[in-house]
Amino acid sequence: MTPLLQVRDVAKMYGARIGCTDVSFDLYPGEVMGIVGESGSGKSTLLNCLAGHIAPDRGQVIFDTRADGPVDTVTMSEPARRMLGRTDWAFVHQHARDGLRMNVSAGGNIGERLMAVGARHYGDIRARAVDWLDRVEISETRVDDRPSAFSGGMQQRLQIARNLVTDPRLVFMDEPTGGLDVSVQARLLDLLRGLVRQMGLSALIVTHDLAVVRLLADRLMVMKDGHVVEAGLTDQVLDDPQHAYTQLLVSSVLQV
Amino acid sequence: MSDYNFAYLDEQTKRMIRRAILKGLAVPGYQVPFASREMPMPYGWGTGGVQVSAAALTPEDTFKVIDQGSDDTTNAVSIRKFFEKTAGVAVTEETEKATVIQTRHRIPEAALTEDQILVYQVPIPEPLRFLEPRETETRKMHSLEEYGLMHVKLYEDISQHGAIATSYAYPVKVADRYVMDPSPIPKFDNPKLEMAAIQLFGAGREQRIYAVPPYTPVVSLDFEDYPFEATKADHPCDLCGAEDSYLDEVILDDAGNRMFVCSDSDYCRCRREAGHVGRLGVETAA
Repeated sequence: MTPLLQVRDVAKMYGARIGCTDVSFDLYPGEVMGIVGESGSGKSTLLNCLAGHIAPDRGQVIFDTRADGPVDTVTMSEPARRMLGRTDWAFVHQHARDGLRMNVSAGGNIGERLMAVGARHYGDIRARAVDWLDRVEISETRVDDRPSAFSGGMQQRLQIARNLVTDPRLVFMDEPTGGLDVSVQARLLDLLRGLVRQMGLSALIVTHDLAVVRLLADRLMVMKDGHVVEAGLTDQVLDDPQHAYTQLLVSSVLQV
Repeated sequence: MSDYNFAYLDEQTKRMIRRAILKGLAVPGYQVPFASREMPMPYGWGTGGVQVSAAALTPEDTFKVIDQGSDDTTNAVSIRKFFEKTAGVAVTEETEKATVIQTRHRIPEAALTEDQILVYQVPIPEPLRFLEPRETETRKMHSLEEYGLMHVKLYEDISQHGAIATSYAYPVKVADRYVMDPSPIPKFDNPKLEMAAIQLFGAGREQRIYAVPPYTPVVSLDFEDYPFEATKADHPCDLCGAEDSYLDEVILDDAGNRMFVCSDSDYCRCRREAGHVGRLGVETAA
């Protein structure tokens, strides 16, 4: 099986400081990979490099496109990369307001990606928006409300609906549960886990919350100071951490 | 004649503006940046249109200015006087006789010919502006032809009002490439954008010029199940009886009486002189 995403020796420098360096891994279809590490460890930088938001200084990010097979997205043309960004890729921001248009209704937010790939039938667009609201457990009656009238958890679920409406194959998530209280977090995680399994999505999840990766991720990468210090199956890494930093990370989790 | 250089602007400036106009004509609907000058009138009064007119005028031209279709409102009168004084060109109120027509918010009712130039005053040239505030991003969207966002606006209209409520500055796609703001003309005028005359658009404050060459296809954006409709008030003109012209609504008193009258004053005058009389009109001696 061809990996959906092959990352080869990706590096990004901020001047003399390291953003992230020497990152290589494969992600297979249907696989969820977690990237954990403390603040400033380069995990968001890595995610933005992979999603094409910033250009890496070095390395290859090879994505298995539907049409042409594996293509290096770093060197592909910008229109093609942006096209990927609104069809086969999805990006869930930590703050829903970064990923939503706050002055456009929920239905419009979900419909935007459909219209961006050429949907021109209002009735169809609206039907799919309503369908997706239902799938992320938002009442159909809220379809014409603006996201500013939604709670934080609803905004995050709306952002997920807006991203998944074009049936992407790879989802990038940057701290999807950050800033939500624990019960809302639990519901969101439940929802995400269901969607990922149902749609057979591959996902890269950046988080500092080990509980999130324990629930969602098949594999785990631990980053520190821009380097990957440990990688492996989630349970293996969390239950039997080898690297000193991973041991510190695992032991830092508060037990209730 | 006065001490001004012909048509107020110096020759180098007009040359610069003409280059922008030619580029705009070569790439229909593309917003060409130009070094907009300070004009002796405030922004919002047509500084862009005036500069384009100044660059397009020749001493042999006959000039006409309309504001919301009318020849006799402040904006139209002041700009007409401006070019009478600084260029010494002939001016007219008759659409057929004019060779250069500067307009604010209307296209004349009478069909224009290949010998005419229509110059629009544009407040905000960027059709995507209210959806995407970043200029860097809108430019990228134009260059990559990413126009999904424009339909989001129309979607919002339908979801809130049950129909596309945008009634002016209705976005169009020019020559199947660039999405363009046709300036705040009523959407009733949108079908007329495909015409025989050259259309030039000038935005002074925003420093952009764009153009639609003669006979260029101009399509108003819409949805398959909510097609574009050119709407107008459902009345005949009360002065000339015209049923095919765009109408202004005028409130007559505080008892709810109102009249509808052609916004194109020259069109209405021509019809009345030809003997047409509306509900509140009086016979004119032809």
